[in-house]
Amino acid sequence: MAKRSIPKGSLNRANFLTLAILLGPALILFTALVIVPVFEAAIFSFYKWNGFGPMVNFRGFQNYIQFFKDAIVHKALLHNLIIAVVSLVVELPIAMLLAVIVCDPKFKGAVFFRTFFFLPYVLSEVITGVLWQFIYHPQYGLVRAIWGLFAPIETAPTLMGNTTTLLWAILVVIIWKYFGFHMTIYIAGLQDIPREQIEAATIDGASSWQTFISVTLPGMRTSIQLSVFFAIIGSFQLFDIVWAMGKGDPVNAGETIVTYMYKIGLQRFNIGYGGTIAVCIFLICLFFNVFYQKILVREDD
Amino acid sequence: MRSMTRRNRLMAAIKYLVCAIMILVIAVPLYISVMGGLKSVGQLRAEPVSLPNPVNWNQYTDMLTGKNGSFWPKLVNSVVIGLGTVGVILIIGTFAGYALARIKFKLNGLIYAYFQLGLLFPLAVAILPLYLQLRSFHLLDSAIGVILPQAAFGLAMMLMLLRGFIKAIPLELEEAAAIDGYSRFGFLFRIVVPLSTPILATVSVLTLVSSWNNFFTPLLVFNSEKKYTLPMGVMNFMGEHAADWNLILAYLTLAMIPAVIIYVLCQKYIVAGLTGGAIKG
Repeated sequence: MAKRSIPKGSLNRANFLTLAILLGPALILFTALVIVPVFEAAIFSFYKWNGFGPMVNFRGFQNYIQFFKDAIVHKALLHNLIIAVVSLVVELPIAMLLAVIVCDPKFKGAVFFRTFFFLPYVLSEVITGVLWQFIYHPQYGLVRAIWGLFAPIETAPTLMGNTTTLLWAILVVIIWKYFGFHMTIYIAGLQDIPREQIEAATIDGASSWQTFISVTLPGMRTSIQLSVFFAIIGSFQLFDIVWAMGKGDPVNAGETIVTYMYKIGLQRFNIGYGGTIAVCIFLICLFFNVFYQKILVREDD
Repeated sequence: MRSMTRRNRLMAAIKYLVCAIMILVIAVPLYISVMGGLKSVGQLRAEPVSLPNPVNWNQYTDMLTGKNGSFWPKLVNSVVIGLGTVGVILIIGTFAGYALARIKFKLNGLIYAYFQLGLLFPLAVAILPLYLQLRSFHLLDSAIGVILPQAAFGLAMMLMLLRGFIKAIPLELEEAAAIDGYSRFGFLFRIVVPLSTPILATVSVLTLVSSWNNFFTPLLVFNSEKKYTLPMGVMNFMGEHAADWNLILAYLTLAMIPAVIIYVLCQKYIVAGLTGGAIKG
């Protein structure tokens, strides 16, 4: 380490005041509005409380026991899980296919396609949800019109009023809105794969499918890991789209764990039990996060 | 060789077909929204896909002139909240990002890790206590009550992007500036900030878009209709005009336009921020 002489003291040191000015506002804001609420949720989760007056009704683990017994919680978590799985097996392969297509430098119009495919991602969830509510509308909707081309129009399904189809109707919207996001992550990954590697494989006589399996996919590890992570975490935090498409009803057919928490906490003002649900959402995400990192770290060795 | 090119042509055709289908899948709902706003309810029912005939401009013009719905006030609310969030996050984020990237002190690593917790805590987990806290600060039903939580929850991402970027600015620059007599803040404002424009632009655009589309926080905070942002306005309008889908679609289309404009103009920053931040993280 060479010693440099610099006026005004060492650059790597700063007095407490400077640090306080630089870091203080961010620390205060972040602590007050992110960290404290998360811990408060954990405290609330042990009480029965409506959010007004003192918190006196301590319930121990009663709320947690209720959580594990609550049939709607089971339903909502099952929905979250279905959304996560369908995102993985339907949405991500679509995103991958499109990324591979538009990443080919010889493919004319690639930039236009990319731009267009990403567009739904920047639209608000609420606007997207309401728009699709119209598309599914039993009297005016596009789905009804298309159905009418193939079958008597009177038999057209009411996708959103039907408890078995609602979740799938919502899933279509999720895929519509987010596939472009995953595609963009994949494009970034594809661009990091050296062109020569792919060319070398082609010269060696590998078919494009073989090249894809043996060169492209392994080269995209990081971006695939990322998009899987976002898809799963996103599924468990889903709220806006569902809320805009009927608030999870009829009869909780589209309920997700976050819409249920919102209803419990801020519509029925059962803050205690709402806090329990919040803590469980956090634990699920944390568990998944740790589990995921562990697997990846192990495989990366 | 000839069969090879024929095969290539077939492959290219399939690729274009796939892309064309996806374009249709995206474009048709948007087309229906735009055109639906130009139809009468009767037309909507009879002809959901065709072009409007006759064209009813009045749904759009009524909204733009304020006769129906309250599009402009909601737009202004969304703009105020969006810019407010960007402002807060830029100021406190740049300060903190600079300190974490450049100043060596004992707790540096720990404080950075502390902020990174924000990536782990989804807004949903904090929403109930956040509501009570905003209530006790008397920030419910005020724009600040939306701006501050949005900024707080965007901070982790911002710091991750900014810290890496500032670290890449050569240390020699800072030393030269110090020799020239710049104070630490002088250096921050005259050298770090100008050099960081690309990343600051990325963060601003990402923050703006997510604030623009955010529904959860405004839903939590606002009670009075005149303070609603556009997504809330959409939901509210739909509740009031449940049967008038042509009006709802006109409102939706107008509410979509600003986001599309931001996207077209700032696409570069949005994509760079999402992928850059994602890959490095």
